[in-house]
Amino acid sequence: MTGFSPYRLRHVVRKELRQLLRDPRSRPILFVAPLVQLLLFGYAVSTDVRHVPTFVVDHDRTEASRALVEELTASGYFDVAGRSDDPASLVDALDRGHATVGLQIPPGYARDLAAGRATVQLLLDGSDANEATVAQGYATLILARHGAAVARERGAGRASAGGVGPGTPGAGVELRPRAWYNPELESRVYNVPAVIGILLLIICLLLTALGVVRERETGTLEQLLVSPITSAELMLGKTIPVLVVALIDLVVIATVGTLWFAIPFRGSPFALLLAALLFITAGLSVGLLVSTISRTQQEAFMTIFLFILPSVILSGFFFPIRSMPEVFQWITLGNPVRWFLEIVRSVFLKGTGIRELWVNYLALGGMAAGFLALAVARFRREIA
Amino acid sequence: MRDGLRRLLAMARKEAIQLRRDPRSLALAFLLPVLMLFLFGYAITLDVKDIRLAVVDRSVTVESRKLVDAFVRSGYFTVTERPDGLAEAEREIRRNRATAILHIGPDFAADLAAGRPAPVQLLLDGSDANTASIALNYAGAIVGQQGTPGGARPALEVRSRVWYNEALESRITIVPGLIAVIMSIIAAMLTSLTIAREWERGTMEQLAATPVSRVEVIVGKLLPYLAIGLIDVAITCVAAVFLFEVPLRGSLTLLFATSTLFLLGALGFGIFLSALLRSQLLASQASLMSTYLPALLLSGFIFAIANMPHVLQVVSLIVPARYFVAITRGVFLKGVGLEVLWPDVAGLAVYSTVGIGLAILVFRKEIA
Repeated sequence: MTGFSPYRLRHVVRKELRQLLRDPRSRPILFVAPLVQLLLFGYAVSTDVRHVPTFVVDHDRTEASRALVEELTASGYFDVAGRSDDPASLVDALDRGHATVGLQIPPGYARDLAAGRATVQLLLDGSDANEATVAQGYATLILARHGAAVARERGAGRASAGGVGPGTPGAGVELRPRAWYNPELESRVYNVPAVIGILLLIICLLLTALGVVRERETGTLEQLLVSPITSAELMLGKTIPVLVVALIDLVVIATVGTLWFAIPFRGSPFALLLAALLFITAGLSVGLLVSTISRTQQEAFMTIFLFILPSVILSGFFFPIRSMPEVFQWITLGNPVRWFLEIVRSVFLKGTGIRELWVNYLALGGMAAGFLALAVARFRREIA
Repeated sequence: MRDGLRRLLAMARKEAIQLRRDPRSLALAFLLPVLMLFLFGYAITLDVKDIRLAVVDRSVTVESRKLVDAFVRSGYFTVTERPDGLAEAEREIRRNRATAILHIGPDFAADLAAGRPAPVQLLLDGSDANTASIALNYAGAIVGQQGTPGGARPALEVRSRVWYNEALESRITIVPGLIAVIMSIIAAMLTSLTIAREWERGTMEQLAATPVSRVEVIVGKLLPYLAIGLIDVAITCVAAVFLFEVPLRGSLTLLFATSTLFLLGALGFGIFLSALLRSQLLASQASLMSTYLPALLLSGFIFAIANMPHVLQVVSLIVPARYFVAITRGVFLKGVGLEVLWPDVAGLAVYSTVGIGLAILVFRKEIA
């Protein structure tokens, strides 16, 4: 056993890079697939609720009822998908999924509104709970505001005689909301930076683990072992090319995210790079670990999937961690993706730095060191 | 014909034996759906609660305390910080310790008493758009109830009723769609390696030397995986109904018939990728990218298709999981049958024909 040699390491790295890039079919998978995913996440993943198809059953057919429907559609959140006098066709539209919301205006609505005691009914398709919740909130707000405006107009005529008092409609608490970092509340702004974390995770795990296991499955690992390469050189040689690919993908995604999707980058590139390096180290180590416990590529692939799935779901990527049951909230603390995503989002959107996020860096660094130590120990014993 | 069937069954038996000899992969094939069901069913929810609220109360009166109280009592907000000023509150948001700031001005009580509009400011951390918009909705509702002193009835009252999922729990939405997503992943993962493995291990030559035809190889390889897939469907359905208490309002027969259609297509597509790429690494990557992500993102499982840009809505038409999600939701939650779901079933039929057809077309037994 000779000592560590940079010369041999260089050759292992070159062999790995060549093997990775030689295959014309693997290049698109390494560099095009991440872009496709970015576009998918940028455009498809939207929890914004707009243009909700609404079915209107207007039994009143007055100017007041038309004004109510007009108010809903003018907001941009609701589109009229159909109208009918027959409540049965509303049921049918909800069943077939042609409408998500049904608005029923009872006969005598205009008269009741003038008297200040109108009621309308909202029917929601709860089979998509998220959309229904948000649509219900919007509709309730818009209709309540409409009702208050109508009452105020009516009250204005009366109040000019009597003056303003606590009971006058229009008085009371008024909410003035403002959203920071993302004034339009677009979910894209939240999701695109996080794609970085998911893609780095997939690339690091899959390329590292399958790279090692393939040598074992095809029998070329033995050739490597009889060569003078040490286990440290083999490990570095296997991981450095993946690190290079991961860093290129990081730059590509960050560039496309800021230039194409106009995601603000308010923090320092150094803070992002440091976090990415820690995160990639953790990913590569887990990849090596998987390679030590898998005999075939199929096993490795399924094991990785078993690892990726919970780490994405429990990362706060689309599902808010604070709404999870408490047990799961505790589990997320051991998930490097969770800590990394918090950093990425804060660096991109809030311009926060290492000083404020030191807990995240510490957690990420600790996990990276732990996985690395474990991987080195097992790799020495099992492989070389 | 009889010989063909015999060869086909022999192929299926060979594949089943190979599967049995790899107990780890087989265990994962049953473990993965259960794990996914647990994770998605229990851990994830788009419902937002416990929104962390930092309160800056400059009014410090009975009225302002009543307003803060209403936020806390709603159950959606927890007051985590009471910073002295807005600057400090902003720092809490930057540190991810608060999601929203409720800012009550010094004249709040006076305005309220005088019958003037009494503005309060709600500052939201928009970097999480979903949580922020839901928080805004809740805050609007809470403030709206405070709005009329003396509890006067509002001029226009909205009565909402929710169908199919009365309590608006996201679990009820997610679990039926999840069956479709799990099946997409399992199917592609099981078969995407099956032919590439024969190429990489050199056993394709042995297969080439036997009299089995292309169709027999493909269908023979498919059958054992179809059995696994259907067992997975059964497991997930039982768990959905008994564990997650999702109502099953429609026909179980329709559910299994459509599952078979969907699985045939997905398994065929996996074999197609495997035969095309001939490398386990590439085939596994390609199957992840082409099934898992579209099934998760473009199927309407979590993200409504109607909200996507037009191009993606068109793209989603070729995502088979889209039709399957519509079917599982329709059968489970709405209790509708073929009379409503026939377009989706037709979509799946096309998919299974195309999937198996492509696999047979691309598969070459000959050693070049």
